[in-house]
Amino acid sequence: MSEPLLKLEGVHTHIGAYHILHGVDLEVMPGEMTVLLGRNGAGKTTTLRTIMGLWKATAGTITFRGEAIQALDTPDIAHRGLAYVPENMGIFADLTVCENMLLAARNARHIDQMDAKRLDWLFGLFPALKTFWQHPAGLLSGGQKQMLAVARAIIEPRPLLLIDEPSKGLAPSIIQNLISAFRELKQTETTILLVEQNFNFARQLGDRVAVMDDGRVVHAGSMADLVGDEGLQQKLLGLSLASHS
Amino acid sequence: MILQRLFSGDMPRSKVLTVLLLGILLALLLTPFIFPGAKALNVAAKILIFIVLVASFDLLLGYTGIVSFAHTMFFGIGAYGVAIALTHLGPTWTAVAVGAACALVISLLLSLVIGLFSLRVKALFFAMITLAVASAFQTLASQLSDLTGGEDGLSFKVPALLMDGFQKMIWDADLQQFLPHPRMIFGVEVNGKFVAFYLLAAATLVLFLVMLRLVNSPFGRVLQAIRENAFRAEALGYRVVVYRTLSTMLSAAFATLAGILLALWLRYNGPDTSLSFEIMIDILLMVVIGGMGTLYGSVIGASLFILVQNYLQDLMKAASQGVSQVPFLKDLIHPDRWLLWLGILFVLSVYRFPAGVVGKLRMRARRTT
Repeated sequence: MSEPLLKLEGVHTHIGAYHILHGVDLEVMPGEMTVLLGRNGAGKTTTLRTIMGLWKATAGTITFRGEAIQALDTPDIAHRGLAYVPENMGIFADLTVCENMLLAARNARHIDQMDAKRLDWLFGLFPALKTFWQHPAGLLSGGQKQMLAVARAIIEPRPLLLIDEPSKGLAPSIIQNLISAFRELKQTETTILLVEQNFNFARQLGDRVAVMDDGRVVHAGSMADLVGDEGLQQKLLGLSLASHS
Repeated sequence: MILQRLFSGDMPRSKVLTVLLLGILLALLLTPFIFPGAKALNVAAKILIFIVLVASFDLLLGYTGIVSFAHTMFFGIGAYGVAIALTHLGPTWTAVAVGAACALVISLLLSLVIGLFSLRVKALFFAMITLAVASAFQTLASQLSDLTGGEDGLSFKVPALLMDGFQKMIWDADLQQFLPHPRMIFGVEVNGKFVAFYLLAAATLVLFLVMLRLVNSPFGRVLQAIRENAFRAEALGYRVVVYRTLSTMLSAAFATLAGILLALWLRYNGPDTSLSFEIMIDILLMVVIGGMGTLYGSVIGASLFILVQNYLQDLMKAASQGVSQVPFLKDLIHPDRWLLWLGILFVLSVYRFPAGVVGKLRMRARRTT
C-alpha cells in the first residue's frame, strides 16, 4: 500500500480561549477523494484551516509528502502544492473571473501565458466561466461562484485540493453539475480532501470517509462500507441513505 | 489600441465619466489661456499636484484597504527635501535631484519600517500608529528650525528654467527663432511660471499613468485580492505582509514625488503647507468623493474639492448680493458661512455617491449595457 499524501497525527488547535481540535488523526491517500463528514461545529473547517496554516496547530504533526508542515506559514504551505477552496464561495468579488483565475495561475502574468489546453478543459467542466470571463466575479450566481472557486484551485495541477462544503447553499441542479465536474476531476487522479455535510453529495464522490465529532475523527474507512451499512450511518451521522435517496 | 495600452486596459468605462475626465484635462491644460490670472493658475497647479497625492493615497486605501494617516508626512518629506536642498545648495537642478533623492530614500525607509512593524497589527492600531508617527514628524519639522525654518518654513529660489531666467535661457541658447514671438503664445506670456505649469502637468500625467499601470499589473491584482480577503490571498500563496509593505512604500514614494512638485511650484514650504492634518482629511475626502479603488476618482475628487474650496466663497458672495433683500436667505448664504456649506455639500455627496462619483457612473453605465 502506498504512503499517505497527507497525514495528521494528534493535531490540536486552539482558537483564542477555545480548544477546537482535540487530537485529529487523518490520512489522505494519493489519487483518492477523502470526505470529512460531521455535524456543524465538529471541527471539519478548522481541520482544513489548520492544514493550510491559517490556524496554527498547537500540538501534533501534519506531514505532506513526508515533510512536516505544521510550523510553516500559509504561503509556504500553498507553494508546496496545497490548494484550498474555502466555504462560502471563496472568490474575490471585485475582480473579474479572468483576474481571479490569474491570481491562482502562478506561472502566468497574463491570459496569453495561461495553459490553453487546461483552460479549455476547465471551460468544459464549468462552461459558465467562459461566458462570464470578463465579468466581475461578484455578479455571478452562487453556483457559478462555487465553480469559479474550484476552477481557480485547479487552474494549475496541484498535488492536493482541500475543498470546504462546495454544495452549501446551492440548488439541487447546480449540485448535480458540481458532482459531474468533480467526477471528471477525479479521473485525473487529483487527490482531494472534501469537507461536506451533504451526505448524498459526498457518497457519490468519496473513496474514503472520515467522520468527525467534537474535534476528533471518530470513524475512518471506505465510503462504500459506510454507504452499505445503515446502522453505522445512524450511529455516526444520525441518518440512513433511505432518507436521502 | 494605443489608448488601451497607455491606460493599461483600464479605461473609464462610462461615457459620462470619459466626458468629465476629458473636460477636466482640457480645462487644466488650457488654464493659462482661458482662465487669466494668478489665482486660476495656482488652483490648476494645486489640482495637478493633488491628483498625484490623492491617487497615491488611493493606492493604499482604495486598492490595498490600508487606512493610514501618515500620508501627508511623506508629502511633507518630499517638499522639505527639495526646499532644504534648494535653500542650502542654491537654485540648481543638482540641488533638486539631491533633495528629491534624499526625500525618496527617507520616505522609502520610513514606510518600510512602518509597514514591517505595523501591518501585522489590526487595521485600527495601524491607523493609530501612523497618526502618532505623522504627529511626531510634524512636531520635529517645527522644532528643527535651523534646517526646516520652523513654523515660518522656507522660501527659496528654483532653477532658472522655472523662474524668469527662462527668457534669458531662450536667448542664450539662441532658440528665440523657434517661437513666433519669444515672449508670447496666443497672447500669454511665456515665463518661468508658464514653463513650470506645463512641466507640472507633464509630470502629473506621467505619474498618473505609472500608477494606473501599477494597479492593473499582477501586483495590483494581488493588492485588490488582499483588500477583499487577506486570508484567501494567503491561502493562494501570497505573503500579505510583504505586499502590504510594498504598497505602503510605493504609495509613500508617489506622495513624496507630489511633495517635490508642490515645493517646486510654490517656491516655499512650511508645516502648514505640506504636513498639516487638515491636508490629510482633505485627501481622505477627495478619495471618498472621487471613488475609492478607482484611480480616476483622484482626478474627479481633487478637481471638485479644490474648485469648491477656492470658489465656493466667491459664488456665495455673488448669490448673497443677489438675494440681499431676502432677510433669512441673505444671512444663510453669506460668504462667511462657506465652510458650513462646504461641509453640507460633502456630507450630501458622500450620502448620494457612497461608491464615489466614479463608482456611481461606472455602475450606471454597467446597468445600461
